[in-house]
Amino acid sequence: MSRPASNCPNCGAPVLFQWSSSVQTVCTYCKSILIRTDVDLTKVGIVADLPPDSSPIQLNTEGVYRNRSFVVIGRILYEYEQGCWNEWNLVFNDGKSGWLSDAQAEYAVSFPADIPNLPAESQLQAGNQFSWNGDLYSLSVLTKAHYRGVEGELPFPYWDKSDIQFADFRTPSRKFATLDFSDAEPALYLGELVEFDDLKLKNLRQFEGWS
Amino acid sequence: MSFGSPPLQPPNRPVVKALNCPQCGAAITLRALGRSVSVVCDSCHAILDANDPHLQVLQKFEEITSSDRPLIRLGSRGKIRGAEFEVVGFQRRSLEADGIRYHWHEYVLFNPYKGFRYLTEFQGHWNDLAICKEQPIVDPRISTPLGANYLGENYEHFQTADAETEFVLGEFPWEVRVGEQARISDYIHPPRVLSKEKTGGEITWSIGEYIQGRDIWNSFRLPGDPPEAVGVYENQPSPVGANVKAIWIAFGVFALGLLVLVVGFDTTAKRQSVFQQGYEVSPGPQVGEPSFVTDTFELSGRTSNVEVTTYARVTNNWIYLNYALINQDTGQAWDFGREVSYYYGYDSDGSWSEGSQRDTVIVPTVPPGRYYLRIEPEVDALHPRIGYSVGVTRDVPVAGFYGIGFLALLIPPVLLTWRSMSFERSRWSESDHPPAPIFNTGSD
Repeated sequence: MSRPASNCPNCGAPVLFQWSSSVQTVCTYCKSILIRTDVDLTKVGIVADLPPDSSPIQLNTEGVYRNRSFVVIGRILYEYEQGCWNEWNLVFNDGKSGWLSDAQAEYAVSFPADIPNLPAESQLQAGNQFSWNGDLYSLSVLTKAHYRGVEGELPFPYWDKSDIQFADFRTPSRKFATLDFSDAEPALYLGELVEFDDLKLKNLRQFEGWS
Repeated sequence: MSFGSPPLQPPNRPVVKALNCPQCGAAITLRALGRSVSVVCDSCHAILDANDPHLQVLQKFEEITSSDRPLIRLGSRGKIRGAEFEVVGFQRRSLEADGIRYHWHEYVLFNPYKGFRYLTEFQGHWNDLAICKEQPIVDPRISTPLGANYLGENYEHFQTADAETEFVLGEFPWEVRVGEQARISDYIHPPRVLSKEKTGGEITWSIGEYIQGRDIWNSFRLPGDPPEAVGVYENQPSPVGANVKAIWIAFGVFALGLLVLVVGFDTTAKRQSVFQQGYEVSPGPQVGEPSFVTDTFELSGRTSNVEVTTYARVTNNWIYLNYALINQDTGQAWDFGREVSYYYGYDSDGSWSEGSQRDTVIVPTVPPGRYYLRIEPEVDALHPRIGYSVGVTRDVPVAGFYGIGFLALLIPPVLLTWRSMSFERSRWSESDHPPAPIFNTGSD
């Protein structure tokens, strides 16, 4: 794994990438959002203070999913009517990337799926069914979320979003799917709901009075 | 494995946060900070938006119309399925069935790593529930009619009813409201229950398991005793349920053993005829001592039974024989009396008969030795001549004894099955699918 060292174009602090494929990171000193180009780092914005968070997961939390260990290197924070949820960016020990979402302490691991002909936002309503990779997914809920901020490293540039439409799909098994309409082209993530204990998480946040 | 440097500033450590109710000013404690959606003011019972830093009022009441005391205080902690949880919320809900309003209590449990769980209590019956991670299947092609399938297991539909939230305390991971309506459908596979809750357009499935009140009292270290469970609850495990099958298997094993014994004794029984003699009672008044003794006969082998067969040519008549089987050497005697009678005739229903000309009796556990019979016949004063014969057979197989054993063996499984069935009847009598009454108590 390469760790190209650079300096923040805003404050000059050293910027380390934990994952060679990271495209975006946040300067830990001045909170500048930095995009990596071929030659250097470009500041594209600044992260506002994130709201107090209740997730037990944090940057550098380590865990295991399907016998592959991972570490949390970044996150996107969303807000919706039930509160906040996090999409934690995972990098696995084989260099692949994935996501661990934590919404109301319901945990799920997902991966981007390269499937053509995804439905458009306007076509969707609860109960719609789609077959992806041989599984039948039913649209359970359409969620309108607000982008609240980012932290750490991300595999794509992502900042300064406004309202984003998400469509969550369930199956009779633990498999689920999310259609993300952040960009012009919808992005599909396929994954499964997981038990907190099964992830064998280490380096978790400490909550006073809880162990 | 380890990547990079640790975070430069220590992460903020969330703690129980102290706030004030915008309605009445009383202190509000947020126990599941960042996870709760609603919180209820302890003092004025206003429902507040837990996500709003100013705790905007979502629902307020002119006066406190309802009150209830949770059996497990908010803030109590106890272990549920190996993890510690804190009671953060409490609500009383009710539903109406057959014109009667039933109330139950729900406790919201929270752990900052594991999220939310729920405890429900109805008349001393407790359940521990969590939101389903897998989607249950409601499809009559897969499960029983009206039932549901969850993780490959079939659940039977028990009840569907409209529930109303009557009273709330503490925090909830949803926007709770007093007066909130939900349609609840319960499917059971004791000790588990699969519960579908429909509020507005949203459907939530949860999976629960019956839990003894005593276990909750131990886990939360509550003083005193849990409330006594009343009646049979929908997913309460039957106290005999799993044993019914086991006891029938045990019965089968013992019955087979008994059969082997019967066959064994039957094939090894000697059936040795040791004595056979014919006698006659003359008509007319009796003269002198009517009793007499037979010749001696040898009963050999181990101590076993003796069968005495009496055959009397009686027709519409009777003879009574007082027998004594006497050991010639020790004088030990077995006394018994046998009546042989046979009647027959014709009436408006046709021919009839009663009794038999043949009678057998078994004298058990007779040691080997030389024996004779003393016989004393009694007859009607106006009897005709009656001829009769007496036979003695050593060591005969006795099926009747094993029949009694078989019946005795049947008692426990039949009782247990009956108990199990009556338990299931009590369970289902509270459901949408009550069993038909066993006894027709109607006047029709």
